Amino acid sequence: MSGNVIEVKNLTKRYNGVTAVNGISFSVARGEIFGLLGPNGAGKTTTILMLLGLSDISDGQARVLDHDPAREPLAVKRQVGYLPDQVGFYDNLTAAENLRYTARLMGLERGERERRIISSLGHVGLADVADNRVATFSRGMRQRLGLAEILMKEAQIAILDEPTSGLDPQATADLLNIIRDLKNRGVSVLLSSHLLERVQSVCDRVALFSQGNIALIGTVAELGRQVLGGGFRVEVEAEGQGLAERIAAIPGVQRVERGGANRLLLLADHDVRPEAAAAVVSAGGRLLRLSVDEPSLEAIYTRYFQTHEGELHAA
Amino acid sequence: MRREGSALHGFGVVTLKEIADRFTSILVVVLIVLVVATAIAVVRGGIDQIKEITAEDPYLFLRLFTRSSPLPLVALLSFLVPLIAIGLGFDSVNGEHNRRTLSRILAQPIYRDALLFGKFAAGLFTLAVCLIVLWLLVIGLGLLGLGVPPNAEEMARALVLLAVTIVYAGFWFALALLCSVVFRSAATAALVALGLWLFVTILWPLFSPAVADAVTTAGDILGVLDTRQAFARLSPSVLFNEIVAVVLDPSVRSTQQSMLAALGLALIERGAVPDAPIPLLQSVLIVWPQIVGLAAGTILLFVAAYVVFQRQEVRA
Repeated sequence: MSGNVIEVKNLTKRYNGVTAVNGISFSVARGEIFGLLGPNGAGKTTTILMLLGLSDISDGQARVLDHDPAREPLAVKRQVGYLPDQVGFYDNLTAAENLRYTARLMGLERGERERRIISSLGHVGLADVADNRVATFSRGMRQRLGLAEILMKEAQIAILDEPTSGLDPQATADLLNIIRDLKNRGVSVLLSSHLLERVQSVCDRVALFSQGNIALIGTVAELGRQVLGGGFRVEVEAEGQGLAERIAAIPGVQRVERGGANRLLLLADHDVRPEAAAAVVSAGGRLLRLSVDEPSLEAIYTRYFQTHEGELHAA
Repeated sequence: MRREGSALHGFGVVTLKEIADRFTSILVVVLIVLVVATAIAVVRGGIDQIKEITAEDPYLFLRLFTRSSPLPLVALLSFLVPLIAIGLGFDSVNGEHNRRTLSRILAQPIYRDALLFGKFAAGLFTLAVCLIVLWLLVIGLGLLGLGVPPNAEEMARALVLLAVTIVYAGFWFALALLCSVVFRSAATAALVALGLWLFVTILWPLFSPAVADAVTTAGDILGVLDTRQAFARLSPSVLFNEIVAVVLDPSVRSTQQSMLAALGLALIERGAVPDAPIPLLQSVLIVWPQIVGLAAGTILLFVAAYVVFQRQEVRA
């Protein structure tokens, strides 16, 4: 078996003449966190539903753990955990009862079931409220319960649709920690989001969706280089003579701008802080401040759609 | 293209969960208590009246179902059983959509078939339990109130009534299930199902004679009656009432008997003694088409719900 847990080739979905997903291709490696990013209605959820065999594939191919989700949906669904957008639970049941129901549907034996329910609820910090009705749960707790379900399933792939939407910052941080933890357990994660900066911190690679197409795919740094041309903005605040010239000579620095009396703004294709510090020191200058802005997905995204708007509409 | 695995994997799990949900749902419990209490009241009211005819009537027990007061128990059933069935079923599938549990459940290793079959089986089971309880209570009340045990023939007829009532309830539950698949809003599904119920149980029996008269080409009164009856039979409650009238009264030998009687005519068969009781098997044979019709309607509605559900997109 190859290292990729999800392989998608030319996947297409048409609803009554409207193309929701238009021939996309991507792959997700084992143990990777892959982000599907894009505005609402760009085709992210449709793609996810096709991968789970919950929606018919109009054209193209999808392989999930070497199974075809359209023909072997049970094999796929046995090994893939899914957290839908705004996940719902049965409000009249407790957290443990909700998990018990899905565990039964998974076909787990009683002893194994109870063991996994307790450990997964403990893992997401819901052990204390295991016997409370889900009606009393906050949005964040429901999302965590959804992740507990995936942990309980001992899934190899976790597919999370908008896991952080509508959560407060603390709940988001908690959730992202659990997602990182999934990765540490060797679970591959496919997550979709329109909240770019939150997702940036956890994703190994991302695919930018736009109107049913994948516009860009790669690591955040790669996309930064591709779209912004360089991507690392390093700010140097230092006192000294001839610093600008020395810094401009550092390999990888593409542009140097003066941002004030002692401030220099560099645009570089990688993080040049060590070299910049060395340059200032070797020139006998006093280094006051050194900081870097990593390329933000937000910036990449905005820039990309500004420059490509015309051709996308034409397409 | 063959699907891998059994379509019914998870069926039992869904069924058990749905049954538990039904019996803990306040709406359902209230409906059941209401119907059972009304039925008991009606039967109690009728017992005194029946006591007066103890001596001359050989089928005393069956009168519990037809002579209760202020209205016959079977009329109450034909009217209220659909109400419970709709109450049980109107939010089966769209409820899962609206609670956003559907995609999470379908992401488990089961097919959609298991979910829908499980919901239908659970609904039917709940209705059956409710009707069996009601039936036993009526029989019990009869034993206490009349002081005469029923004979085998009466018990057999009462059992046929029970079975037919369960099929009738299944019809309405399948209709409610179909509405819950087709309409995303539970309120719309409930209103459409209740609207259909009002139409076929109250309005259609009133309107169908006029519709029949408009299309009939028959010259004689019997031909007109036939057409009227054919049109009226489009309503499941008419079918149910025809079945009940024949099964619960051994002296009835045709579903047209009451209509003819209203015109001052009597059904005379050659060599038959008027009003002589006929055996149970004969009674069932008379209304067999109606029983099959009800069962077929139930299956048709369920298949429609199944087809729509299979083709439906999961996303909201």
